[in-house]
Amino acid sequence: MATVAPTMTGPILVEGVPLKQRLARAERRKRVTALLMVSPLLLFIVVSFVIPIGDMLFRSVDNPRLSILMPETTKALEAWHPAQSELPDEAVFATAFKEILALRESGDLGKVASRLNYDMSGARSLVTKSGRKFKRIKEGPYKAKMIKADKRWGKQRTWSTIKVASNPTTAAYYLASIDMRYDENLEISNQPESRQIYVTLFLRTLKISGLVLLICVLMGYPIAYLMATLPTRTSNLLLIMVLLPFWTSLLVRTTSWIVLLQTEGVLNDILVWVGIIGDESRIQMIYNETGTLIAMSQILLPFMVLPLFSVMKTIPLSQLRASQSLGANPVLTFFKIFLPQSVPGIGAGGLLVFVLAVGYYITPALVGGPTGQLISNMIAFHMKSSLNWGLAAALGTLLLAGVLILYWFYNRLVGIDRMRLG
Amino acid sequence: MSDSSDHYVQFKNVQKSYDGETLVVKDLNLDVQRGEFMTMLGPSGSGKTTCLMMLSGFETATHGEIYLDGQPINNVPPWHRNIGMVFQNYALFPHMTVAENLAFPLKVRKAPATEIAERVDRALGMVRLQGFGNRRPGQLSGGQQQRVAVARALVFEPKLVLMDEPLGALDKQLREQMQYEIKHIHENLGVTVVYVTHDQSEALTMSNRVCVFDDGVVQQLATPDELYERPRNAFVAQFIGENNTLSATLQSVDGDHCTVTVDSGETIEALAVNVDGAGSRSTISLRPERVTINPSEGSYPNVVTGKVLELIYLGDHIRTRVSVCGDENFIVKVPNSAGHKPLNRGEEVHVGWNVEDCRALDHRPAQ
Repeated sequence: MATVAPTMTGPILVEGVPLKQRLARAERRKRVTALLMVSPLLLFIVVSFVIPIGDMLFRSVDNPRLSILMPETTKALEAWHPAQSELPDEAVFATAFKEILALRESGDLGKVASRLNYDMSGARSLVTKSGRKFKRIKEGPYKAKMIKADKRWGKQRTWSTIKVASNPTTAAYYLASIDMRYDENLEISNQPESRQIYVTLFLRTLKISGLVLLICVLMGYPIAYLMATLPTRTSNLLLIMVLLPFWTSLLVRTTSWIVLLQTEGVLNDILVWVGIIGDESRIQMIYNETGTLIAMSQILLPFMVLPLFSVMKTIPLSQLRASQSLGANPVLTFFKIFLPQSVPGIGAGGLLVFVLAVGYYITPALVGGPTGQLISNMIAFHMKSSLNWGLAAALGTLLLAGVLILYWFYNRLVGIDRMRLG
Repeated sequence: MSDSSDHYVQFKNVQKSYDGETLVVKDLNLDVQRGEFMTMLGPSGSGKTTCLMMLSGFETATHGEIYLDGQPINNVPPWHRNIGMVFQNYALFPHMTVAENLAFPLKVRKAPATEIAERVDRALGMVRLQGFGNRRPGQLSGGQQQRVAVARALVFEPKLVLMDEPLGALDKQLREQMQYEIKHIHENLGVTVVYVTHDQSEALTMSNRVCVFDDGVVQQLATPDELYERPRNAFVAQFIGENNTLSATLQSVDGDHCTVTVDSGETIEALAVNVDGAGSRSTISLRPERVTINPSEGSYPNVVTGKVLELIYLGDHIRTRVSVCGDENFIVKVPNSAGHKPLNRGEEVHVGWNVEDCRALDHRPAQ
């Protein structure tokens, strides 16, 4: 017979054991089972998702190459600061000379060269050429001879670049992502005008995502409204028409936009044939911002329609009738009763469309042309072509942070628990 | 144009079809008087809600005219009709507070803010929800939500209020309480109410007159007592209250009395209410409380024998199922009065009733 003794001060005891503890014991088996059931997925996500992303995030500040390959120079440069003397002293030059020669022997010089090239254009040729020329230098003074071999060794910019690059963790990638850099004096300053691209790209990405969002709301809202208010048979047909492109491959849809929109494409042909435009003045609708905008809006439209539809379906017809019986005409009823209640749908769909658009890659890559590229295309470029993974990681981290901030705002404004995705 | 100002709402030869093949409402002629509480009662699919929707303007009449206070309203949109409406699922606006819900019809009519506040307060008081103005509908119980819905339909002082099964979602006890509340509000305000329900006890409790619908046709329009005491046809007799029915063939009609032979062979004197000539089929209707078991000799003109099949003790009366005239489901309510002799299952009894309580109606196969 269990004795349950509720007291004002202590925990409830059942046969001398606190009730909470007994409850935990009784629930443990259930918890263990639940954990076992999700463990394969958990493992998969950790291995294939969490660890790689963590690694990429770390790469945005990780900068080991120079400090590992040129440890002596790294150490020697610690004492030097461009604010005190224009160039490092002879000892630093000597250390750098020896290490460059040694790296040339071991074949690792190219790695140093390409790393320095991220921060200073021409650094690659400077380092590899110097490697060859240094072989002929037998003895010091190294400072004078190195400058003689290539006058760039006499530039403060070169040494400050090496000093920045030799730091094992660096903010340089983040600075580069927002078109800033460490200058000759190791101060943070703007990139030279000719190298400022990322802020423009970020802004363009935001602009295009915003426009895609706007187009999707404007086009998706009436469709969702029809689907929610028409009889089931008609609305099912509409639903299928919305879902059909959704089920089609992204690549297929993007390339079909090329077929439709290119200068010799279907749309231009029709316009010429009808006589609206002349054959010589065909409209450039693709391989620019317009192309990106059109294709992305069409591809992302279902992500707007479906959450909207599922929210609108929960607004009962009787409420609209009630509003009308109370004297509000259909227009007023829409703005006072229907629209406010469909806001969570706009929020959910909008967030989805915007987040997807911000990170969109294939479509702008295929139909964007030079002016329709987004930040994700630049990330891909650094991942695949320039192999500057640090910069790619920094750009990606900024993008992720931006999306998380948006998500936070959305949660504050609409409440994520009110989001319905169908 | 109307023949009398008392006819506040008039349906004239109204028909309604949704699919162009079947008529949901067949040639409806109906008058609702000013200040009346009129209930449309009928099984689902009988056309009563369709009538309400035509009156509110959300459905258009396929044929015929509807008049409100003498004006034809077929072409007046719902938002210009000035008719209050209470819906089954309350249809409160979840994104507004209770006070905002009540203020909505007034704001739409561009009433001044002070007047709105005052009227909202008064409406909340009327349904005894003072202090609930700042809550959201989702924070209220079903009964409270329904009271808000009623208040909202009345706050802009419409002359006519429609209620579409407003109590259908409430539990039994709350429903009965709300019935009285709505009835009292109606009595205090003097508005005309058209109420739709499929619950006959609700209809009898609340209404001045009840309009029984079946199959798109008005079966009977009468006061509650008349409807119960003097049903016009077999459908109404069956639908309103409990009823024993016997199938019979008419022998002879003599003024308002007639003689019928029940299918099992007994001959009965009945009131000729809705019958054709001799030889035609008829349904005999008898209320369970108007039948007496083992009456004293000669007190009733109709006495037949029966056998007690089942006894259910219900406190104030004993529900007795008797096999009478071949009907195994013949119910008699035996009052639990002092000194009544207890019955036993299987006992042979005499069953008697008056001619006035035994109504010969149109033939309708027993359900």
